[in-house]
Amino acid sequence: MEIVAKLQKQFMEFISALYREGFLDDQFLQLQKLQDESNPDFVFEVVSLFFEDSEKLINNLAAALQQPVVDFKQVDSHVHQFKGSSSSIGAQRVKNACMAFKSFCEEKKIEGCMQCLQHVKHEYFLVKNKLETLLRLEQQILAAGGRIPDLS
Amino acid sequence: METFASSSISRRMGASSDEPHVLAVDDNLVDRKLVEKLLKRSSCKVTTAEDGLRALEYLGLASHQDGSTNSNCSKVNMIITDYCMPGMTGYELLKKIKESSIMKDVPVVIVSSENIPTRINQCMEEGAQVFMLKPLKHSDVERLRCQIMQ
Repeated sequence: MEIVAKLQKQFMEFISALYREGFLDDQFLQLQKLQDESNPDFVFEVVSLFFEDSEKLINNLAAALQQPVVDFKQVDSHVHQFKGSSSSIGAQRVKNACMAFKSFCEEKKIEGCMQCLQHVKHEYFLVKNKLETLLRLEQQILAAGGRIPDLS
Repeated sequence: METFASSSISRRMGASSDEPHVLAVDDNLVDRKLVEKLLKRSSCKVTTAEDGLRALEYLGLASHQDGSTNSNCSKVNMIITDYCMPGMTGYELLKKIKESSIMKDVPVVIVSSENIPTRINQCMEEGAQVFMLKPLKHSDVERLRCQIMQ
């Protein structure tokens, strides 16, 4: 079917670009491999959890950095969580931004931390947008009766 | 590094079906979902816990529980725990498990996002089955399952 082929091509091009531009790494491929007939929404579920968790962490980080006396251990703990979940999802640029953030926490540099938070937020919303588009494309392919192309 | 005697494993295997029962401990929501899926994909039954205390409670080993509490000790064939957790670290959980006369032979796997040799040595010396880096892959979990089914 022409529609399915067109959508699949769009999907392949879009996801290849995400890998090429470093938004996603191999770990995302691992997630896709875990999706099967018994659990066809696995990627959607994990990504949704990631979105929920990340937005909570961003709020917690903003609050922690606004305290009159900043508790850098607490900030570091939130960043550690964020680094962990972004790594598990394969959101490479978010993970890297978190790693830089961790260094500033260790050095207790408030300015550096504030800048890092902005950077992490920026990368997070970028990848969120990309992932939402990707998942939408997947749904369109399935709705049109096609299968999601295997990237491996 | 195998730290369990084959006789205690076959006793556990006899009590359960073909599927090993794994207790997975991690404070991160995304990682818990991922490890659960990886284990189920490798035909394991999974129970998850969000911290060390809840893991100990599940096993009936928490300090506020006495030995007569109905516990899930005998059902669990392996424990996988994250190292970095608030309250009780994976290392502290490992120690508590190894101190228990009932659970000390159950393999405990420590996972961490950080590759720190002193941390790894500390866990291995305390009797961890293996130390693995996150994020875990399907091949990692398959290998683990083979080890515990021996």
